[in-house]
Amino acid sequence: MKALLAKPWIWSFIAALSVWLATIAVTRGASTVGLSQAALTFAAFSVLVGIGQMFVITLGPGNIDLSVPATMTLAGTVTLKYMDGQNGLILQGLGIAIMVGVSVGVLNYALIKALRIPPIIATLSMSFIVQSAAIWTNRGLRIKPPQVLADFTTLTSFGIPNIALIALLISILAWVLLHRTPYGRWIAAIGQSLPAARMAGIAVDGCRFVTYLLCAVLAAICGYLLACFSGGAALNMGTEYLLMSIAVVVIGGTAVAGGDSNVPGIWGASLFMFLVVSMLNTYGLGAGVRLIMTGVIIITVILLASGRKAGAR
Amino acid sequence: MPLSHPSAVLEVANATVRFGEVRALDGVSLAIMPGECIGLVGHNGAGKSTIVAVINGSLSPHQGEIFSDSTRLAPYGIGVARSRGVRCVFQELSLCPNLSIVENTRIMHRNLGGFGWRARVRGIIAASLDAVFPGHGIDVGGPVGALSIAQRQMVEIAMAFSDSGQPPRLVILDEPTSSLDAGLAAQLLAHVRRFVATGGAVILISHMLNEILETASRVVVMKDGKIVAERGAGGFDHAGLVKAMGSAVAHQAAARRSHAATEPVLELSLPKSQPFRACKGEVVGLAGLGGHGQTRMLLAMFDRHSPQWWPRRDPAVTFVAGDRRENGIFDLWSILKNMTVASLGDLSRRGLLQDAAETKRGADWKARIEIRTPDMENPILSLSGGNQQKVLFARALSTRAPVVLMDDPMRGVDVGTKQEVYGMIRAEAEAGRTFVWYSTEMEEMQLCDRVYVFRNGAIVAELVGDAISEQDILRASFEGAAA
Repeated sequence: MKALLAKPWIWSFIAALSVWLATIAVTRGASTVGLSQAALTFAAFSVLVGIGQMFVITLGPGNIDLSVPATMTLAGTVTLKYMDGQNGLILQGLGIAIMVGVSVGVLNYALIKALRIPPIIATLSMSFIVQSAAIWTNRGLRIKPPQVLADFTTLTSFGIPNIALIALLISILAWVLLHRTPYGRWIAAIGQSLPAARMAGIAVDGCRFVTYLLCAVLAAICGYLLACFSGGAALNMGTEYLLMSIAVVVIGGTAVAGGDSNVPGIWGASLFMFLVVSMLNTYGLGAGVRLIMTGVIIITVILLASGRKAGAR
Repeated sequence: MPLSHPSAVLEVANATVRFGEVRALDGVSLAIMPGECIGLVGHNGAGKSTIVAVINGSLSPHQGEIFSDSTRLAPYGIGVARSRGVRCVFQELSLCPNLSIVENTRIMHRNLGGFGWRARVRGIIAASLDAVFPGHGIDVGGPVGALSIAQRQMVEIAMAFSDSGQPPRLVILDEPTSSLDAGLAAQLLAHVRRFVATGGAVILISHMLNEILETASRVVVMKDGKIVAERGAGGFDHAGLVKAMGSAVAHQAAARRSHAATEPVLELSLPKSQPFRACKGEVVGLAGLGGHGQTRMLLAMFDRHSPQWWPRRDPAVTFVAGDRRENGIFDLWSILKNMTVASLGDLSRRGLLQDAAETKRGADWKARIEIRTPDMENPILSLSGGNQQKVLFARALSTRAPVVLMDDPMRGVDVGTKQEVYGMIRAEAEAGRTFVWYSTEMEEMQLCDRVYVFRNGAIVAELVGDAISEQDILRASFEGAAA
């Protein structure tokens, strides 16, 4: 129990569970299954972008990818346009989404490395370019996703949403990558001290490049799935995932200063972020109060989690 | 302790300063009289900077007393020192580049506040600059950032000599001429003589022994935290001074071998310098005074041979950092992870890390290099500095890299550990590894097969075998002539 409490991610799960209980207490259990499935589905999208962002934040102070929402939008619009509702093109569509992610990742790191622009500026400027590209491809069209894919993203297997299963699979891969491979050690080392990592012989540029690539590819896959899930791509579909991708990393107990990350926390935080909003909706609060409450609750959770850390050290 | 020099501007009596196991000052007594210029010499780590820090109040000695004008000053600190007229010009420039010269002067002279301070400060600093460096051509209203390094040094020196109502009585100049050209240096030294003639006191630290011999009225030689020689002007000549700075302890000559026949594994040519090369199984030393380009060369060699984009399975070089807080240790990690980070490729199979292999590697090196910890999973910060340094050695030596670059790796390491590591370096060299070793400690250069002496970013001498002696290294680093 004590070992469990010492995990940095436990707090996001405690928070998510409390909010879940508080919500079903009000509805008297009427929509427990529906709420849980919705939470898992929407959390899954946050998890996908959150994992990518977590890898980037692991690289240490100043590393962040602000092009996540634009990448999602571009991947969504381009792939839906390409697939044009035909079931036979689903896999090619996924391939194109990944290509979009790879291109954005390459360009992001090119800006950071070749032009020596700080990541926060480089990825932000890149997001304007990418968003413009999305507007240009989209031109106000609303194309339906292939029926098979639309069904797949909205249905469940064994009572668990398919999207959540995909996110779980990717989370496990991310965990292995982070904790069981040299690459995971290297990025954690870079996050703790860039000069020390360089002197330890780590290929710093390669590691950082792969990380930005990974983040953009995950964002693109997320955009592809989200567009199919919501029945078509929209130009603002990625907007809320900018803050979301960063918030789930922070609430999940990953060190904002870099070098220390964990995957489970992303899940707890993603579930929590969705459940807070639905809880406040269930209570029938107005939009303004809801936003304020969301902010206050997030701050509280972060304070609780960091307070524990300060006490332990 | 009785007062031996009642009229001294400042007197340090029996000061001892310890950093961990190292005695940076070992019972030093020094009295600075009005109207004298003390030349302070000694090689790196001799304790010069420490005695300066004690005098200017930034470091409290663990033992010892400080007197000024026949009164004991306790407590003593930077504020007290300044009010007694102690001024210091450091080797590292300490001006704020974003502020103007006038504003920088105002920061230094805290008593110059009040309405219209700009005009007053401008007058004071301009007068001082004119006095020390006539014809300097510096606009005192301009920002410091626009000045060259030499001009910044001039401003700092002028600030130290400026009189803002609290006249300077003792000015400490730590390597003041290192960034000045010969003309400016002559102007400064002339001003020092004038200042001393009017009853001021100066402590002059310089590696330019000629400056010391020409300017100082008394020369104090430090070594290993002690004053080993002290004579009036004319008591030393150049050679005598070099000899006094050197080690009195006789060394047993380490077994050295000639490597003329083997292929060089590492070569580098520096601009305006003798070429550098290192052969298989050789221990090559980089000597000379601190900050004369040795670290820069090590970093250049490391950058050239280490991967940037794609991890190499067979690393060409590995690095042992001396500044372990800055570029050695990963704070958040365990001892084990810190040790294995450079050889993760060897410890993984099909891309996945093998825990068992890593644990075994950790246990092997824990025993081999005697890392004093109950558990390699403990955080790295639970170790003492010396043991952290051992972990860095283990990190480097456990790679398969044929060349080990070492950047003054023994900083803060106790004597016992040093001996262990020396033995290990010797054994690894026998086994065919090449070591390039920068150190400021003469003793360590004696362990090398070959030594390059650096001065101003270039190699000025190559010493082989029995020619590697403290005196030869010192002579080469001061004169820049081939030994």
